[in-house]
Amino acid sequence: MKSVLPVLTIVAAILFVWVLAVIPMNMHLTADQAQRDGLAVSPETPAERQDHSGLGLSLRNPSLLGLTFVQERPRLPSPHQVAVEMWDTIVMKKITSKRSLVYHGWVTLSATLLGFAIGTGLGILLAVGIVYNRAMDMSVMPWAIASQTIPILALAPMIIVMLGAIGIQGLLPKAIISAYLSFFPVVVGMVKGLRSPDGMQLDLLRTYHASPAQGFWKLRLPASVPYLFASLKIGISASLVGAIVAELPTGARAGFGARMLVGDQYGQPLVTWAALFAAAITAAALVGLFSLLERLTLRRMGMVRA
Amino acid sequence: MTWVAIIGALAIWAVGWFINTRLANGPKSDARLVGLLVPIIFGLTLLLMWEWLVRMLEVNAVILPPPSAIGVRFVSELPRLWADFEQTIIKGAMTGYFFGAVAAFAVAILADRSDFLTRGILPVGGFMAALPIVGTAPIFVKWLGSGWESKAAVVGVMVFFPILVNTVAGLRDTTAMQRDLMRTYGAGYWPSLFKLRLPAAMPFIFNGLKIATTLALIGAIVAEFFGSPTVGMGFRISTSVGQLALDMVWAEIVVAAIAGSTLYGLMAWIEGRVTFWHPSQRKQL
Repeated sequence: MKSVLPVLTIVAAILFVWVLAVIPMNMHLTADQAQRDGLAVSPETPAERQDHSGLGLSLRNPSLLGLTFVQERPRLPSPHQVAVEMWDTIVMKKITSKRSLVYHGWVTLSATLLGFAIGTGLGILLAVGIVYNRAMDMSVMPWAIASQTIPILALAPMIIVMLGAIGIQGLLPKAIISAYLSFFPVVVGMVKGLRSPDGMQLDLLRTYHASPAQGFWKLRLPASVPYLFASLKIGISASLVGAIVAELPTGARAGFGARMLVGDQYGQPLVTWAALFAAAITAAALVGLFSLLERLTLRRMGMVRA
Repeated sequence: MTWVAIIGALAIWAVGWFINTRLANGPKSDARLVGLLVPIIFGLTLLLMWEWLVRMLEVNAVILPPPSAIGVRFVSELPRLWADFEQTIIKGAMTGYFFGAVAAFAVAILADRSDFLTRGILPVGGFMAALPIVGTAPIFVKWLGSGWESKAAVVGVMVFFPILVNTVAGLRDTTAMQRDLMRTYGAGYWPSLFKLRLPAAMPFIFNGLKIATTLALIGAIVAEFFGSPTVGMGFRISTSVGQLALDMVWAEIVVAAIAGSTLYGLMAWIEGRVTFWHPSQRKQL
């Protein structure tokens, strides 16, 4: 609990910088708008204003500073504008509405969770195979590690097109990308975890005359749980990023990625920013959920994480 | 025809797997050569099965081109692939990576002087590192235009947080005993930073740098989906998907894979040179 104050300080500092940055970022826009509304602006023509930086213009027009925070289509929206937009689209809209972020969030989240479940399940199975089969270990493991250095996300548009061509559309292509992204972290983490029991522990089981199955269920699997949770936390945020990016280049009509694209193309920055923050909150909630599960599980199992 | 295709594919698999099982369980399975050979045989087996199945089942090249077609395209389009590589990796990803890393170091070293700031930065930075920052790409493209500058900015922001968190955590990774020793030598803040704490932090810093290489490529490629000049890997991928020229997409992915593993390998190599003293770098006997 002692880190609450430092965290709040950092967050406040970030917000402060953001608010300050709003002024020069939006100044040109505000000045043009103010001139159309008949306010005095210096210098007087837009062309002359282009020669000034946002900061210089702000210093010459202190009366317009307040207006930079309430632009309808700002280059950089102020924090309160984003907050208001999020309140409107999350709380005030019915969740069935096409403008509700809850609706879009669910579209992205369902693909994320489905893909995450597939990727994690397959990843654990492959990890078990790798630990128990030396040929599999030597064949697959180098590729699993190497694949983490490859920008797999670049595959996203192609996978969507490929699956679209054979008639698979909607939720599944996004889920496959999510699954793919969460698959390899889980494999690598799980292999490490299943191998974490040391020789002493394995020998102890041998003195008990434990069968290989007992060795797996009573020693290797429990020992791998901390590693599994570490991988799950990486995997779930990778899955969410995968689902969002999968929505970007493919003209998806719903989801966080689609909202970001819509805001971008129709000149509604607030929509983009609200979707971005909603995605960030979703990611934080998912990672937080797994941290909580991790703590509860490890406490139940009597393992305190170092 | 379908049966022939499937049986043939299974036969290829069986041969590859048989060789690998023999090699892996054989007497020489710990030899370095075998350790290299087995994954290569596995990869070749998969490629052969892919080629065989695509040819025998006459899969449309719009869905899945055979590896040979991708290879041919890769060689014939080398100049264009190189131009894309230059635009996306060298101008976009590497510039952003460099500035993001330098900024992260600077902030980490400044914050390190205050325990209060460190305790704030670690959780906030860890939180930010888990966010889908790549979503800021459309915003940066709007601000900085569609050239490589906006890609470098996205990459910079993406790599900033993992490197920051790892550097801050690494700088705290000295024991009281070690710090006391420096104090008995009469070393001030700067000597103990350069002689003790930075070297001790290096394994953490390189961990962050290695994570960030993949992020940098992802950021640079995905940001091009939002607007780019008519060159670049992300641009080529999205337009080739539109033209259903999937062999070109695969060729770009091969480039991305080579670039990604080379960058990672480079970082790992530098790490080995810098942190030769660390237990994780010991050669296995």
